[in-house]
Amino acid sequence: MIQALAFYMFAFVTVASGVLVISLKNPVHSVLFLILAFFNAAGLFILLGAEFLAMILVVVYVGAVAVLFMFVVMMLDINFVKMRQGFLQYLPIGGVIGLVLLAELLVIVGGWQLSPELAGHVVANTPAIGVTTNTHALGQLIYTHYIYLFEAAGMILLLAMIGAILLTHRKRTGSKKQIIRDQLARRAEESVKLQKVETGKGI
Amino acid sequence: MLTIGLGHYLSVAAILFTLGIFGIFLNRKNVIVILMSIELMLLAVNINLVAFSSYQNNLIGQVFAVFILTVAAAEAAIGLAILVVYFRNRGSIAVEDINMMKG
Repeated sequence: MIQALAFYMFAFVTVASGVLVISLKNPVHSVLFLILAFFNAAGLFILLGAEFLAMILVVVYVGAVAVLFMFVVMMLDINFVKMRQGFLQYLPIGGVIGLVLLAELLVIVGGWQLSPELAGHVVANTPAIGVTTNTHALGQLIYTHYIYLFEAAGMILLLAMIGAILLTHRKRTGSKKQIIRDQLARRAEESVKLQKVETGKGI
Repeated sequence: MLTIGLGHYLSVAAILFTLGIFGIFLNRKNVIVILMSIELMLLAVNINLVAFSSYQNNLIGQVFAVFILTVAAAEAAIGLAILVVYFRNRGSIAVEDINMMKG
């Protein structure tokens, strides 16, 4: 009973904030509702017994990705009102495609069933509550069977980091920087000049 | 209604995925909202994987959800970096202005 109520609450808030993400005028508000959607999806994950993924969702998405979006939205000086033009023009075709896709997906959700041989293919069972934690079981699986994929994921993150730095890094022109070599190479003869000043006149 | 099955979670994921696609069509001019829509779609995929993993007692789905999360984070970082560079060069991020390569 409580589980059902929690599910409907999380699902409703997730879907509602999803609607607001794509329909709000101000992208800052969109990002905020994206954060709300991620929080409630994390709630859904906890209901499903995937605590580790729920926490990762909060840490990675809310802590990193959403903040990155917020940073970019606020840093770029964009006229978002002009960008909204054509919103109603694309509404009908987008609505039709969306409805068709949703209908197809719901038909599939309503009509599928699991293959009976599936139980034989289970490699690692979800741990029962009280035996071991979800995080522990997941770690035991990732660091053994999926170690190469895990390494590949690390390489992807490294690539993303290097790529992002390389793309956005630029040489600043006009900034005053110390050049130690030039400072040390200076001699008194070329930097100090004695000037005889005549009385009543400037230099 | 009161016992929550796999179908409930799959329906939520289907709705979220559709919202993502709808968002791409609706905000054709705004790259930032398009990227956010892609994040919504990836979230829907993750919900699907975790729901199947939980209801079939198979932990593999959660492992793959972790990897999808990784790729999604990398994609967002690179996408936003490209957006910042583009804005610095052209002073605009409108989708219709992105036509220099005549693709």
